[in-house]
Amino acid sequence: MADPQPVQDIGEYVSGALEGAITSSEVAGGELTVHANRDDIVRVLTFLRDDVLCQFKILLDVCGVDYPERTERFDVVYHLLSLNQNARIRVKVTTDEDTPVPSVTPVFNAANWWEREAWDLYGIFFAEHPDLRRILTDYGFEGHPLRKDFPLTGYVEVRYDDAQKRVVYEPVNLTQEFRNFDFLSPWEGIQQQLPGDEKAAVDEETEEAGEEG
Amino acid sequence: MPDTNIKNLTMNFGPQHPAAHGVLRLVLEMDGEIIDRADPHIGLLHRGTEKLIEYKSYLQAVPYFDRLDYVAPQNQEHAFALAVEKLAGIEVPPRGQYVRVLYAEIGRILNHILNITAYAMDVGAMTPMLWAFEEREKLMEYCERASGARLHMAYFRPGGVAADIPDSLVDDIAAWCETYPAMIDDLESLLTENRIFKQRTVDIGVMTAEQCFDWGFTGPNLRASGVPWDLRRAQPYDVYDELDFEIPVGKHGDCYDRYLVRMYEMRESVKIMKQCIEQMPAGPVKAADGKFAPPPREEMKRSMEALIHHFKLYTEGYRVPEGETYAAVEAPKGEFAVYLVSDGTNRPYRCKIRAPGFAHLQAMDVMSKGHMLADVVANIGSLDIVFGEIDR
Repeated sequence: MADPQPVQDIGEYVSGALEGAITSSEVAGGELTVHANRDDIVRVLTFLRDDVLCQFKILLDVCGVDYPERTERFDVVYHLLSLNQNARIRVKVTTDEDTPVPSVTPVFNAANWWEREAWDLYGIFFAEHPDLRRILTDYGFEGHPLRKDFPLTGYVEVRYDDAQKRVVYEPVNLTQEFRNFDFLSPWEGIQQQLPGDEKAAVDEETEEAGEEG
Repeated sequence: MPDTNIKNLTMNFGPQHPAAHGVLRLVLEMDGEIIDRADPHIGLLHRGTEKLIEYKSYLQAVPYFDRLDYVAPQNQEHAFALAVEKLAGIEVPPRGQYVRVLYAEIGRILNHILNITAYAMDVGAMTPMLWAFEEREKLMEYCERASGARLHMAYFRPGGVAADIPDSLVDDIAAWCETYPAMIDDLESLLTENRIFKQRTVDIGVMTAEQCFDWGFTGPNLRASGVPWDLRRAQPYDVYDELDFEIPVGKHGDCYDRYLVRMYEMRESVKIMKQCIEQMPAGPVKAADGKFAPPPREEMKRSMEALIHHFKLYTEGYRVPEGETYAAVEAPKGEFAVYLVSDGTNRPYRCKIRAPGFAHLQAMDVMSKGHMLADVVANIGSLDIVFGEIDR
């Protein structure tokens, strides 16, 4: 595993040089993460690319992460790689459904498709992106499938209709109900009362009032 | 001369074109026979892998990685296994690491055989594929003998590998390593100095090092442009730091150099495999922690604890501590990485798959501009595109 000290130094150097644009930086498990202000992201990435001591010249990845319970529900995560420093850096900004993130395509051409992907799968809007079309989903797809509130099974299914001689879209019809096993609560699997257990439940209720879940 | 209105011709390339290497739909704007703009439409093989993984336990997520780059499945699993191990703080025993590296290199050769020969076929050479696929079949047999599956191995699990490999298999792989370099020589005699092959590839689709950085190139495509960068050397994982191998680097960044880099990488992979076989120690192949790796079957018959561990692992799975990590491996196509966010439950909260081909295909437009239509085929072939990983 890589020595954590160099990335720590890079983190301190970057936060010092980009005062105001970087809100915090941390090193966890030898990986450097910096949180940036959304509006300064172009400046941050330009600095990381061009600064002699950083030289993060390759943008490896841009992706979204969804945290529906937060007010700004999306993280946009940029991963950069510096060949000279042999180091990686992760830059994070937050946004919500309506607020656009400035596109970093002018800084890295590679960002083009990844931003399209984040738009397609999460509905994160990138301002001044040259070509913000959907990329992975079907032509004419509706919704943003990687959001946590989008069901795994989706809303429509396709099949080839032999009579019409074309592919038709229909609402999803599951032959078996979608089963989502929740192993976090060990007792949730048993929800119905077992036959003969009625009495036990009554006893428990009277004994441990208020503990019923 | 009167003004005539000349309109560029828009042409559809694929998604059922044999040279499109899968389901690539390329919309080409042509000026005569010269490419003006290439707009790849991807997503025809999109299966929602990342979404599905969010609904599966960590162990259940492993087979999805086989189905990304299905040409070299084990290398994808490797990245996922490393990511989970990093978050959970699990150490893989030495033999497990050697077996993984051995099979990762088998994956690399599997991939390069397919790429080189399919690429040769794209530009007009039939024989390499017919010759080399015999070797590919042998390698897949070794995969089958280790895991039970020729292709989708599901062999590299977080904590080690699924099962140990017998000595007879190790001997057979060692014997194969002795014969394969002669096969590479044969392939080279067909292609490397072949006039037609060179006419189709030299100086086609040139990418400079700066362009490669800008477009996020990694792996052989980056090395062909003269950048000596290999994660196996720069950020070694498993036992790569104990092995001795060279990193072939190209000069011109054209289709021909990309082919040469892959050709030489196969020789280096054989070298790595030989060293793995020589140095491989005896011992366990997966982590000893019963909360993480399943117990051996004999033990399950006798030990109550082992039985409970087995039951819990295959129903609930294990919980991975909260955190996030980015684990990258040098897959045959470039840097394949998994950005894994865990919320402390038994399922990944977010599992972003960074596929090298996605970045490479994106550069189709700059690579093809100003080239002839036939060169598009050479470009696609030399980029090493597999749609499983691009569309996910």
